[in-house]
Amino acid sequence: MTLAVALQKRLGAFTLDVDFTAGSGVTIVFGESGSGKTTLLRCVAGIARPEAGRIALGDRVLLDTRRGVDVVPARRRIGFVFQQLALFPHLTAAGNIGYGIAHLSAAERHDRILAVAGSFRIDHVLDRRPAGLSGGERQRVGLARSLVTDPEILLLDEPLSALDYATQSRIIDDLRRWNDSRHIPILYVTHSQREVFALGNRVLLLEAGRIVSEGRPNDVMDMPAHDRVAELMGFENLLEAVVLGRRPDSGVMTVRLGGTAIDLETPLVTAEVGEPVRVAIRAGDILVATERPRGVSARNLLPATIAALHRRGALVTLAARLASNHPVDIEVHVTPAACAELGLQPGRTIWLVIKTHSCRPVRAL
Amino acid sequence: MQLSLRLAALVAAILIVIAVPIAYWLTFSSWRWKFVVEATVALPIVLPPTVLGFYLLVALGTRSPIGRFWEAWTGHGLAFTFEALVIASILYSLPFAVQPIASSFAQIDRTLLDASAILGAGSWRTFWRVVVPLSRDGLVVAAVLTFAHTLGEFGVVLMVGGNLPGITRTVSIAIYDDVQSLDFAAAHQTALGLLAFSFATLSFVYAVTRKPWAVVPSR
Repeated sequence: MTLAVALQKRLGAFTLDVDFTAGSGVTIVFGESGSGKTTLLRCVAGIARPEAGRIALGDRVLLDTRRGVDVVPARRRIGFVFQQLALFPHLTAAGNIGYGIAHLSAAERHDRILAVAGSFRIDHVLDRRPAGLSGGERQRVGLARSLVTDPEILLLDEPLSALDYATQSRIIDDLRRWNDSRHIPILYVTHSQREVFALGNRVLLLEAGRIVSEGRPNDVMDMPAHDRVAELMGFENLLEAVVLGRRPDSGVMTVRLGGTAIDLETPLVTAEVGEPVRVAIRAGDILVATERPRGVSARNLLPATIAALHRRGALVTLAARLASNHPVDIEVHVTPAACAELGLQPGRTIWLVIKTHSCRPVRAL
Repeated sequence: MQLSLRLAALVAAILIVIAVPIAYWLTFSSWRWKFVVEATVALPIVLPPTVLGFYLLVALGTRSPIGRFWEAWTGHGLAFTFEALVIASILYSLPFAVQPIASSFAQIDRTLLDASAILGAGSWRTFWRVVVPLSRDGLVVAAVLTFAHTLGEFGVVLMVGGNLPGITRTVSIAIYDDVQSLDFAAAHQTALGLLAFSFATLSFVYAVTRKPWAVVPSR
């Protein structure tokens, strides 16, 4: 079953304009808030009406504005888990789950509720109302309420954003197992990069109402188009720079960090010499050496001083100040063991080792 | 007293049936002239009862189409009858039924209605399974308020019903009569009864809803 969506929807000054297909399995819709993720889901569900477009699920047309087709939400056979869950506060968990299968006989309804509650591990809270449930239980009831109707597509609007990591991954596992036998398309909206890597076979990157990139999580998430997305994708360092020279033959270019005489080699992107860019570097992609390394393939070797050092759990975060008249701080992550072995402490002089391809030039917005 | 209770109960029952669709429409319609309807429904709150009573008397009298139709159908006039009192009381108490219901409809989270629709429910099922249960407080307040308000009305009743013992002579008018004839003992007795009843009613509303100011028509 494939979902095919092409639509335009205006909301004030904002326009959502997308065209994509989503096959069975999880497709992540990733973007910052205000990029149109929720509006997209609402249009597919039929609770928001696009000005123009066509939405089809397999050969079933849900919306075709040109032919005047607009199937009401109740007949779209869609499962929707809202960000705020929208559980009915006056019904018990069982009442919520059974809401969408009222057309079945009482006995069959009972069996279906028990089955889905079992696979989402909420059978012990079925007689409680939403107010008496924990956050994770509520999330599971919300999922179970949608899944019990046997939807042909599942729309999830940041369903796990309020939960801790452990609960998130358990629910994700349960959801994967549920879909193993069904193979329906699942559109999963999120602005958390962790969920992108944990869940997706495929990511759509949504920006200001348009899909700017799509593909496997690793490919999409490593190619931020501009600095806001880079930040969202977990690039801790966004350094101001200017393009100094381009070498198309070797696929690299040189940029100079703003206000310094420090040059970095980065992959070649479409930016002219003299154009300002920002260089996005993940803190975990930077190596630390206590003396100038020799015989390494990495092209960027920067002398720096440790300005600050914090330990958070199993992670040590360094603020490395580059040796320059204009101070530039770079965040670097190392393990506590490496920190101890190298004797890293504030004031110590170090060398930062950064591969060309760990530097991502992005547009500054 | 019995006449008053019968009138109030009947009016409250009819008003719930009328007010629910009006409140639903007022809450969920996006018609741009909706405010005109809202103002019309709220009119009895500010209008002197005598004004409403006067127009009703004219509308229900034998010279009006409504009065003539009623007379042709039942064989007697509409003014100064129990039926006239019922009609007048319904109009007079309409805002006290519509406003609490509309305000509890408006407090319902719209995503619950979206969720209901996506789960396959039509608007009728959504109304009975989601809107009504979540508006229970508003419905209780509306019923109790219209009942109490009808029980205590005076001006409209006097204009439309006159003062016919056993037919249109409600408690509040009986008190007025007793005072006019200097029968203070009887007035005391009835007034105290009404006071106690009103207090009990409002206490009931507050106890049921447990919300501050549930009795003041909001919005």
